Amino acid sequence: MSDDLDKHQLNKPPLDKHHRHDSPQATRAEALESLLIDKGILVASAVDAVISRYAERVGPMNGARIVARAWSDLDFKQWLLADGSAAIAQFELDGGQVEKLVVVENTSAVHNVVVCTLCSCYPWAVLGLPPAWYKDPAYRSRIVREPRVLLAEMGLVLADDVQINVWDSSAEIRYMVLPQQPHETLGEPESELAEHVSRDAMIGVAR
Amino acid sequence: MVDKVADNLALTGAGAPPMANGELVFDAPWQGRAFGMARVLCDAGVFSWDEFRQRLISNIAIWEQQHSDKPAVHDENVHDEPVYDKPVYNENVYYEIFLQSLSMLLASKNLYAEAELTVREAEFLARPHGHDH
Repeated sequence: MSDDLDKHQLNKPPLDKHHRHDSPQATRAEALESLLIDKGILVASAVDAVISRYAERVGPMNGARIVARAWSDLDFKQWLLADGSAAIAQFELDGGQVEKLVVVENTSAVHNVVVCTLCSCYPWAVLGLPPAWYKDPAYRSRIVREPRVLLAEMGLVLADDVQINVWDSSAEIRYMVLPQQPHETLGEPESELAEHVSRDAMIGVAR
Repeated sequence: MVDKVADNLALTGAGAPPMANGELVFDAPWQGRAFGMARVLCDAGVFSWDEFRQRLISNIAIWEQQHSDKPAVHDENVHDEPVYDKPVYNENVYYEIFLQSLSMLLASKNLYAEAELTVREAEFLARPHGHDH
């Protein structure tokens, strides 16, 4: 664990920069859901299941297309890393999202992982709905305290000499990981590359 | 895959949710919750999607009616024809109407009293900021 503290740096926004999520509509939706659950009309896990289906299959495709472009077009990749918000504008994501998007690149020496330590700020426009574990207090604290251990538990074992950077999202800045392109996919057309990109890889909890 | 989803949910035609390249667009978590709730209740037979959609369509029409003829701030230096605000119909507006339609439909089926929702909402609004999500 002390090892981890040496080898990763936490890029943390000031506390007051975190997002206040409670719009009136969000509160109304939450109140309705809670009332329906109390009445026995609705089960929260069923709503989670519907959402996760869209989160897994629908949302992350935007991010995957962006990664595929970066893998096949070096100029685009450099632009994406220099100014994520501007570079993704051409994808017409239409998410209405105003936050700044910062894309961080994985290399064989550096691994990046994204968290929101205080709530659940997430790059909606590119990754769709956040997975439930992203909001889990255990993920939000442990990925900072012991990223190497937690990533291994989540199925991603990193060599000891790989530096881990943890990026703490805020209301103004959202992060997305640009995963390393698998060697076996080199030379594939961009249209097929997107299929190799998973949501978890773009959060940084998978390769 | 997307076509299949659209078929199952009747996500096309009048009253369909905002989509980008055939994909559902959620602008905030509550929009996903609202969509998920409607989908689950529909699957459970609480209402039919068409029943919900009709209500949604009429509420959207009301919104558009209310927002279509509002004159914009008039620029006195420009003597063209009067400028009107066009309704900005985005995900936020869509899901606000979506949520309203859903709660109205459920209340009309006597699944809860409207006052109960109002009370619950007031309780949630009274929470201090910074509570955990």
